[in-house]
Amino acid sequence: MLFNPPHPAETKVLTRRFGLPNSESIDTYLANDGYKAFLKAREMSQEQIIEEVKLSSLRGRGGAGFPTGMKWSFVPRTSPKPKYIVVNADESEPGTCKDRVLMENDPHGLIEGVLIAALSIGAHRGWVYIRGEYRYLIDIMDRAIEEAYKHGYLGKNIRGTGFDFDFSTHTGAGAYECGEESALLESLEGKRGIPRIRPPFPAVSGAFQCPTILNNVETYYAVPPIILNGGKWYADLGVPKAGGTRMLCLSGHVNTPGVYEIPLGFPMMRAINELGGGMLNGNKLKAVVPGGSSCPLLRAEECDINMDYDSLAKVKSMLGSGGMVVLDETTDMVKFALRIMRFYQHESCGWCIPCREGTLWLKKLLTRLDAGVGSSSDISLVGELAKNMFGRTFCPLGDAAAMPTMSIIEKFRDEFEARLAGVTLPPELVSIA
Amino acid sequence: MTFSPQLEARLEKLLRSYPEGRQRAALIPMLMYAQDEAGYISKELAQEVARRCGVTTLQVDEVVGYYTMLRARPMGRTHLQICTNISCLLVGGDKLWEQACHKLGIGHNEVTPDGAISLEEVECIGACSWAPALQTNFDFHHKVTPEKLDQLIDALRKVN
Amino acid sequence: MSDLVKFTLDGRELQAAPGTLVIDAAKKAGIEIPAFCYYEGLSLQAACRMCLVEVKGAPKLLAACTLPVAENMVIETESPTVVDARKFTLEFLLTNHPLDCPVCDKGGECELQDMVFRYGAGESRFTEIKHHVDEKQWSPVVFFDAPRCILCYRCVRICDEGMGVKALGVTNRGAYSEITPNMGSHLECDECGACIDICPVGALTSGIYRYQTRPWEMDHVGTICTHCGDGCKTTLGVRNNEIIRGNNRDRSGINGEFLCIKGRYAFDFINHPDRLQSPLMRVNGKLEEVSWSKALVAVAQKFSEIKAASGKIGIIGSNRTSNEENFYLRKFAQAIGTPHLDHRRTGDIATLLDALSGRADALATAEDLYTAQSVLVVGADLAQQHPFLAFQMRANWRHHQSRTFVVTQGPVREDAFATRNLRAEPGQEIDAVTTLADDLKSSGDLIVVFGDSIRGDSLRKLVSFIASLGVPAKYICLLDYSNSRGAFDMGLIPGDGGMSAPEMLAASDLDALWVVGANPLADAALASQNAFVVVQDLFLTETAQRADIVLPAASAYEKTGTVTNTCGQVQRLSKALNVMGAKPDLDIFHLIARGMRLDLGPAQPDKIFSEIRATVKGYDIPLPVIATGGAALTNPVNGNVPHAAASAALVRGSRDTLFTSGTLGRYSPILSKVMEAPGGLYRK
Repeated sequence: MLFNPPHPAETKVLTRRFGLPNSESIDTYLANDGYKAFLKAREMSQEQIIEEVKLSSLRGRGGAGFPTGMKWSFVPRTSPKPKYIVVNADESEPGTCKDRVLMENDPHGLIEGVLIAALSIGAHRGWVYIRGEYRYLIDIMDRAIEEAYKHGYLGKNIRGTGFDFDFSTHTGAGAYECGEESALLESLEGKRGIPRIRPPFPAVSGAFQCPTILNNVETYYAVPPIILNGGKWYADLGVPKAGGTRMLCLSGHVNTPGVYEIPLGFPMMRAINELGGGMLNGNKLKAVVPGGSSCPLLRAEECDINMDYDSLAKVKSMLGSGGMVVLDETTDMVKFALRIMRFYQHESCGWCIPCREGTLWLKKLLTRLDAGVGSSSDISLVGELAKNMFGRTFCPLGDAAAMPTMSIIEKFRDEFEARLAGVTLPPELVSIA
Repeated sequence: MTFSPQLEARLEKLLRSYPEGRQRAALIPMLMYAQDEAGYISKELAQEVARRCGVTTLQVDEVVGYYTMLRARPMGRTHLQICTNISCLLVGGDKLWEQACHKLGIGHNEVTPDGAISLEEVECIGACSWAPALQTNFDFHHKVTPEKLDQLIDALRKVN
Repeated sequence: MSDLVKFTLDGRELQAAPGTLVIDAAKKAGIEIPAFCYYEGLSLQAACRMCLVEVKGAPKLLAACTLPVAENMVIETESPTVVDARKFTLEFLLTNHPLDCPVCDKGGECELQDMVFRYGAGESRFTEIKHHVDEKQWSPVVFFDAPRCILCYRCVRICDEGMGVKALGVTNRGAYSEITPNMGSHLECDECGACIDICPVGALTSGIYRYQTRPWEMDHVGTICTHCGDGCKTTLGVRNNEIIRGNNRDRSGINGEFLCIKGRYAFDFINHPDRLQSPLMRVNGKLEEVSWSKALVAVAQKFSEIKAASGKIGIIGSNRTSNEENFYLRKFAQAIGTPHLDHRRTGDIATLLDALSGRADALATAEDLYTAQSVLVVGADLAQQHPFLAFQMRANWRHHQSRTFVVTQGPVREDAFATRNLRAEPGQEIDAVTTLADDLKSSGDLIVVFGDSIRGDSLRKLVSFIASLGVPAKYICLLDYSNSRGAFDMGLIPGDGGMSAPEMLAASDLDALWVVGANPLADAALASQNAFVVVQDLFLTETAQRADIVLPAASAYEKTGTVTNTCGQVQRLSKALNVMGAKPDLDIFHLIARGMRLDLGPAQPDKIFSEIRATVKGYDIPLPVIATGGAALTNPVNGNVPHAAASAALVRGSRDTLFTSGTLGRYSPILSKVMEAPGGLYRK
């Protein structure tokens, strides 16, 4: 089982069952408040459920941070079409590994969150779209789903409540783009993971063109505690406008990387020093990727900050998906920028011109700069190309590629200049540099 | 073409898990699970899956070309996937990649001549907090060191 | 209308219906918002990002192709930010686009060139290595050069949505995404070439046209395709008296940009080495080349002798010659006093017009097929036999959710979107149709399209059944060749006591048989052993081989005049070129008449057309429509149709597929070269 020993700085809500013997089994789950929230929600009206989620100020944990209750309220509940629940478990934002931990340790928590979402809109079918690389998690979820069916928590007339719900796993096959909700739906329907034109949004026309609630794994996990303890209780765990706790995936140059559950608004330096056990080898902090590779980087001096949506927006970055990557003074920022661009180039679906061509050009350009070949104007060109991509692509992937790149060029330009200065060009390359 | 009874059972269940008339939805999972058994998506397999999901083989080709885990050609019996994305890069993932290439004498998406091991430099596999990480087929290996990688490759050579 | 949305576009206050896309609203106001992927009539993509516009209050630029106008929206389509965005999107696009414009077929008419000319950066900042993939040949017709492709997906959509074929897709991902054909390495499709014409750049090129010319070296001649009866306009690119290509990119004509393989490529029979370029005369039992004057004198002399002796002359006219020629030929027959005049009937238009007695407005046009609420197809493989009519129906279903009903002997492409489809053997279709009564009653106005098996009594039964439904209904009687309808309308039918074509062939006492642009002996024998046979044709057909004199005729692309399509729409032919040695049939008629000292009136097409307008029922159509390249619907006064009673038995469709076209098809290298040829009807 993949989890960190509990840390005193954590607030354990979603991870409260981690470490219990057989935590993945329905028996353990039922012995520890399992499916109580569902039974409680069954007694509530659809409006009450959505109201409670709104009250919790829970925001989507996939990265975009859209208020969950509001998203659910957009579903036209009176539509004659069937309604569906889809779980986005296509966790693939570099730096992010939290959904995996939740599902591995507590698969029934997801099923219960999904059931409550289903109640809120009258859905009777759902899928969890799990990235292909997480095959072992598909096996874990399949077993949990089977258990839930056996114990009457899925299927027809769930626990005698008269509510029906079918749920199954659906594997991805290797595509970051399918983490984007509309691309995920295309993929779910057996197509290439190309995002859809929006509007309409999934709430109105989602899976199989029917009204759909689509949230990240972690978002669903927050729902049963919200129903059990009340939205206000959950909201009070975080900061205004962003309630509750969230999973922090700490990686990079810290002594104790891991996945920790912290309240919204937790100070970033405490995350590094307390949860992360301080910087690796006692080195100095250089930068932090606050929430997955698409977020603009923060310089060390910008890291004295609380981790919530508004505070990060103030420093022109984002809370993102919870993937916090810590970079120490030894980090080669040119290489780092290149690696990020290689990723986005590899994952660009190719649908729109700026992202398809922009990421490839930037990858080639950064590869050349990394080799020390180029001129100062090439460094500026990296920033300009990223800017020309930003805000003009069909889906957010172009922005995701542009934002870290623009921030690295802005904040660490000297390292690029130094790289070029350190290389003496062979005469035949002088002309292109 | 014929599949094992276990796979047949899985595919049958799969087809039942989507709304009526939406069997195309089973396409990608079906390709993934069938690939486990067949090794790769041969033309024959593509046609079979197309038939079962009610799509054209062109629609299968479109999907196979898009998703990196679907392969139109055979890979090694063990597919070694080394992550070099940012979290792994910071703690030596790139070095592990070079080490594996050197030791196996193959590069990205290549297979050893005996067909035992293939190598792929992969994007983030969601093991960032236990970096550097790699996968052998679907199994994760966390906090990999150069020594561990060496032993792993030696072991793989033996079993394959 | 009060429910229009008010908005401001480039400082102008405009109004449009709710839901109108900004790009369409702008176009209406005369403002062109550039786009590659947006294409009228096809599904939306929002992929090329060229149509990004600035909307006041929006945090970023928005795609005009997917943005509906909203009340008080303020839009800028050429602001500095917008122009900048276009410039840089083009810069991105050019990074992997080979700048091989000097040798690219599309050079000079390339949308990417035009766009870069308008917005693009004059300077290239891309100094990396371009991604290259080798060119591929997908079929004799279609070549694909992936590096030139800008991935606008127009080809994928026209093939899927427009043609209903789905032969193109996209494989790989990101910058390596590539358009791919359905068979992996090659295409199996209609070979219509729509994907090539719709390609904004030179990624898809035509096996016929590639590397032949620069576009500005050609003259463009808009004329009517000479193959099937649908009457598509094809614009022939002509250079040095040679047709280099056919397309309809200007979307003129009833067919817009639609063309099938025949309209786009099968003009190549013109240059077939077997094309007759000199008259032939039988000398000592063998056909030998002779001069035009010798051949014409011989024909005139022989016809005069037979006429003087009150002998029997049979005349079989053509389904492909112009109305003027057909009209003149009928006058010729009258002048020499022969009632034995006919043409091959490919559909029972005679019975239809007779059965519609008293009803005006009962014939549908191809345009109606796009707007009718429901369409019933009986006894035809429309996508194969009448590809343009099929295209219209498909577009109607896609754009207006029209209801389609199909009654055919086997599977047809229309099954894919038909509300109901029934199988019935030829002759038994009407029983099947009657089971659709309830569906048809509730589907709004109806167009009935029927093939050659619906004739005589069964056609009358069909018409009375449809009349009993109480819904407005119109008809299209499918006729197979480019002027089958005109041949009937101009009266190429037996006069009083005259023999039909099969009767002429079977008669043992025929003194002469004159066959114009037809090949009746392909599958029948001529009983009159001693008949003097004159044939006018492009090729030495089975009939021509039996002739005593063969006169080389010009094709429709080598003459002017008018033709009438299967819906009864009259359109004008324009002459694209001369073929040495061949003469238009009208000239041949006129020369023979002169040799016989017959006065048949003027022999200029325009003058004959005036006569047609004055004397042929339903042809008093407005001249300006025809003169400006439009299609004018004839308005026959129905009922009392001559020869209707006998017509049913004479109907025999051509059974041509997408890849066959009677004699012309046999001599079209491209039609015989595609692997799908000759194809078959009613196949899955």
